[in-house]
Amino acid sequence: MGLWRDIKGTLQPFWVTLGYLFKKPATIQYPEEKRTPPPRYRARIVLTRDPDGNERCVACHLCSAACPVDCISMQAAETEDGRRYAAWFRINFTRCIFCGFCAEACPTMAIQMTPDYEICDRDPLNLLHEKQDLLIDGCGKDEEYNFYRHSGIGVVNPRGGNADETPPVDPKALVP
Amino acid sequence: MSDLLLSLALILVKLGLIFGVILGMAAYLVLAERKILGRMQLRHGPNRLGPFGLIQPMADVIKLITKEDFMPDQADKWLFLFAPGLTALTALLSFVVVPFAPPLTIFGRELPMVVCDLNIGLLYFLGISSLGVYGVVIGGWASNSKYSLLGAMRSIGQLLSYELAMGLALIPVVLSAKSFSLTDVVMSQADWPNLLKHPVAFLIFLVSIAAESKRTPFDMPEAENEIVGGFHTEYSGMRFGLFFVGEYINLVIIGSMLTVLFLGGWHGPLLPPIVWFAIKVLFVAFCFIWARGTMPRLRYDQLLHLGWKVLIPLALLNLLVTAAVLLAIG
Repeated sequence: MGLWRDIKGTLQPFWVTLGYLFKKPATIQYPEEKRTPPPRYRARIVLTRDPDGNERCVACHLCSAACPVDCISMQAAETEDGRRYAAWFRINFTRCIFCGFCAEACPTMAIQMTPDYEICDRDPLNLLHEKQDLLIDGCGKDEEYNFYRHSGIGVVNPRGGNADETPPVDPKALVP
Repeated sequence: MSDLLLSLALILVKLGLIFGVILGMAAYLVLAERKILGRMQLRHGPNRLGPFGLIQPMADVIKLITKEDFMPDQADKWLFLFAPGLTALTALLSFVVVPFAPPLTIFGRELPMVVCDLNIGLLYFLGISSLGVYGVVIGGWASNSKYSLLGAMRSIGQLLSYELAMGLALIPVVLSAKSFSLTDVVMSQADWPNLLKHPVAFLIFLVSIAAESKRTPFDMPEAENEIVGGFHTEYSGMRFGLFFVGEYINLVIIGSMLTVLFLGGWHGPLLPPIVWFAIKVLFVAFCFIWARGTMPRLRYDQLLHLGWKVLIPLALLNLLVTAAVLLAIG
């Protein structure tokens, strides 16, 4: 029976591969056909706006701190009423690994991942996305969340400038 | 004198035609193999260059020619340069004795449709095909690389285990054709192809030429995932290309030999003889590609076992029985 098994085991695979020869290939012909990635697919990173149309980012640096490859950098600034924003914001997509930690770290839902995966470029400098490249007109995944409506804009006066506070001191300062 | 010149001219024309056709076939067999293997693995295979990827062979040639011709530092220079040529040359030379159509009569002149109808065509084929292994062995030896040497060693071991069985499997064919000339062998199959007359010899020959072609399931000499590239590990550019082309020319050759010796050569109903010949050769080539898409590589000792303990005794027994039967029926 061993011989019969061997003969069967040699010939049957030929039938199987012949069957596969006439099946439709599973390949997606990329530039012509494109797959629709799921909505939570992690690809191009965007900066979203709150429902009022203002930038959500408060330049807290949590995203750049969370980033394992240090591809996010920014400069924090404040408007006159004390609202923080990013003076400039840069994501280096040549380094980004699309892990999504930045979007998870963001307390204001400003930085979000989108399913747009076609961001290749021949020139690495084109992959340095500045704030104007990153900002979109829209709320992204959360239509309602507005950070400052929950937390209030900190203070108009500088910290410690209110009636029952003393100004902050620097205990390590050596200035006489 | 003019008769001699005419014969010479005819031979040259035939040589040129065969050379072109074989090289073209080899180039497109590469494409066919990649397409068929791709489809068997639910892929498309090359389909970017031209319709259905039909220009792909040209691109491959351009790639091979423009690549750096690399030679290892300690390689045996002349042997290293010589080996790929030997492989491709012996593969091409085998085709000289293959008859692809019955002799034609033009202007009262008999024109055999074979470059050279040797009366020892079969022996010539066996000899040349064994010489082809030297290209592999010399290339593997001259590369001064362990993987190449291992590939060359395997190739010799493989040769020793299939060659004998292949020769023995051909004797029944010669017995029933009563000639070593391949044209006579085809002529003797006018009624029944040898496949039906000598089925055991056919099976033995099939396994042997599969081993001869150094393709899956007998591709131990190159075995990519064990010994990198085997004998052609150190070759690049057009030298590798020559090995590669040699392999596919070999595929055409073994297809032709199988057709001539067992599948009835150009005999067939309705269609012209040369078309039947082409169909049979291409079908055999497809079967070899099919086997590559289906079968795993045998282990080295398994082929030696198969050759020495199964094929050779079987071939001897088959020879004995066939000879006895042919003697009995006269």
